[in-house]
Amino acid sequence: MLSLDLALKSLRNRAFSTSLTVGSIALSVALLIGVENVRVGMRESFSNTISQTDLIVGAKGGTIQLLLYSVFGMGSPTNNLSWDTYREWAEHPAVEWTIPYGLGDSHRGFRVIGTNEDFYRHYRYRGGQEIALAEGRAGAEVFDVTLGADVATELGYRLGDEVEVTHGIGEVGFLNHDHLPFAVVGILKKTFTPVDRAVYVTLEGIEAIHFGWEDGAPPMPGEEHTHEEVLAMEEIEITQVTSFFVGAINRRDVLRLQREINDHEGEPMMAVIPGLALNEMWQGIGYAETGLRLVTIFVVLVGLLGMLVSLYTSLNERRREMAILRAVGAGPKRIVALLVMESACLAAAGAIGGLALVYVLLSVGQPIVEAQVGLFIPIRPPGSVELLFLGAVVTAGFLMGFVPALKAYRTALHDGLAVRV
Amino acid sequence: MSLAIDIRRLRFRYGGGPWVLDIPELTLERGTRAFLFGPSGSGKTTLLGVLAGVLEPHEGEVRVLGRDLASLSGAERDAFRAEHIGYVFQMFNLIPYLSVLDNIALPARMNAARRARLDGAGVKKTAALLADHLHIGDLLKTPVTELSVGQQQRVAACRALIGAPELIVADEPTSSLDFDRREAFLELLFAECERAGATLVFVSHDRTLEGMFSRKISLPDINRAAL
Repeated sequence: MLSLDLALKSLRNRAFSTSLTVGSIALSVALLIGVENVRVGMRESFSNTISQTDLIVGAKGGTIQLLLYSVFGMGSPTNNLSWDTYREWAEHPAVEWTIPYGLGDSHRGFRVIGTNEDFYRHYRYRGGQEIALAEGRAGAEVFDVTLGADVATELGYRLGDEVEVTHGIGEVGFLNHDHLPFAVVGILKKTFTPVDRAVYVTLEGIEAIHFGWEDGAPPMPGEEHTHEEVLAMEEIEITQVTSFFVGAINRRDVLRLQREINDHEGEPMMAVIPGLALNEMWQGIGYAETGLRLVTIFVVLVGLLGMLVSLYTSLNERRREMAILRAVGAGPKRIVALLVMESACLAAAGAIGGLALVYVLLSVGQPIVEAQVGLFIPIRPPGSVELLFLGAVVTAGFLMGFVPALKAYRTALHDGLAVRV
Repeated sequence: MSLAIDIRRLRFRYGGGPWVLDIPELTLERGTRAFLFGPSGSGKTTLLGVLAGVLEPHEGEVRVLGRDLASLSGAERDAFRAEHIGYVFQMFNLIPYLSVLDNIALPARMNAARRARLDGAGVKKTAALLADHLHIGDLLKTPVTELSVGQQQRVAACRALIGAPELIVADEPTSSLDFDRREAFLELLFAECERAGATLVFVSHDRTLEGMFSRKISLPDINRAAL
């Protein structure tokens, strides 16, 4: 491989411009692969917002709407399901566990979720991680409240603080359940999912603050239940839930279970498979990533064009070299091969450098990014997409090499052995 | 087949320009040390380009070492040049990013036939031996950019000579040397050509050197296109 040897020595001889060119290609390749990694990380973290839940069940409505209010704490639920219906499905032979959710109230802009101990036992996110307590205990009593990590930090709550619940889910509600304050008994560990931005109370608590609200309006003054009255009640009857999560005993039963729920006679209800619904949602916002990818591809093209410019402008100083090579018997093909080889080597070095840069940045930045924005970017050996990108960059470099090479070819044919410096 | 060069009715021009070469006849015996002279612009370098097979004549016949160059394709002419011709330029003979050794070894690495003629001594050894003969044996590792002009020309001569090509073409190789060094350089070059039995075509506009050659050719006299 004389041409390769010559190409490498020639590049080494122009070390400064070579390293600049390789550096700019490496940066652009690092951007391309880095964006790809972040994209994959975002996508995975998005579809792992909730895991191991086979079905999410709620009143009939939009699939994405159900997903939004149950998992992401966005939008508002349309209807509730009766407690009896919920129990009916919770005791279905194919169902292993359920987590009931009662929604509709808020605390200073954060959603209040009424649930029970099943939430702490069965809720999983990001590849099966469990809900854990940073301090205190999981709420179990009527006026217990457990805070998501962000709620506690943003509002500065500590264990024992009193929390009032607002009717409705706006930032500023005017219908407060302020006659029945709750007390913080636990704060959850950060999960980097919407769990952090919710306030968890018991289903009994949700029922208690709505005593006297049966017609949808607040009870008349003087008719509210007091704290003591509620506490004195032996048992608070839970009447409804908004949605519930289902874990099946056997995953093969999920589709059948979903169909059964959708066909449920009585209350109109629906079940969605979270993975599918999340994918559907991601596709809706996925055009943004196409745009991002397009931009990074252009950045790589700019990097390669920089290489082209630098090779092309060096040709004039190298006419002498070409004449010498011709004199010792190099055909025009070898001149072309030399320059194409140089360009391919630059692109390959840039591609490998870019890949290395990505891994260096990832290994340094991964914990920081995870701690700051909760985005976990997995570090993996280069996959088929990365290899495809690298192959494309080297191929593009190789093809671009023909531009200066053909120019050199023509010059070499024209100059012959004449000394034209 | 004792002719190294046999030119008949050669005409050459660049593109559609005026004729640069119009040579009815020029022959050169093998083993000759020929001195080709003429003023600047008389077509010396162009003639060398034709002899080396880099430039294609429009008319006439050019035989080098018995081969009709017109019968060869471009790639074959390149291979022919690599195998049979050693070329020395006036100046800037060396590839700046190669070591002295690599510069000398280049033709042998480029052409298998030339490599085969190294008598099995290996490229490096032969290059070192040639460098010794031309008194630059201690410069093999020096960067070529640090060589004096005289040293550069001797490296170029070594490169032309490696692998014993039958024809050595030198295009004013001494014009940037002072007089004493010219003679010394020529003597070394002659000795090596003799050792290899090579024909030497030496081009110059400086006729003070012509006494050292066995044959003198005045290009303006044989080139009817010369002004």
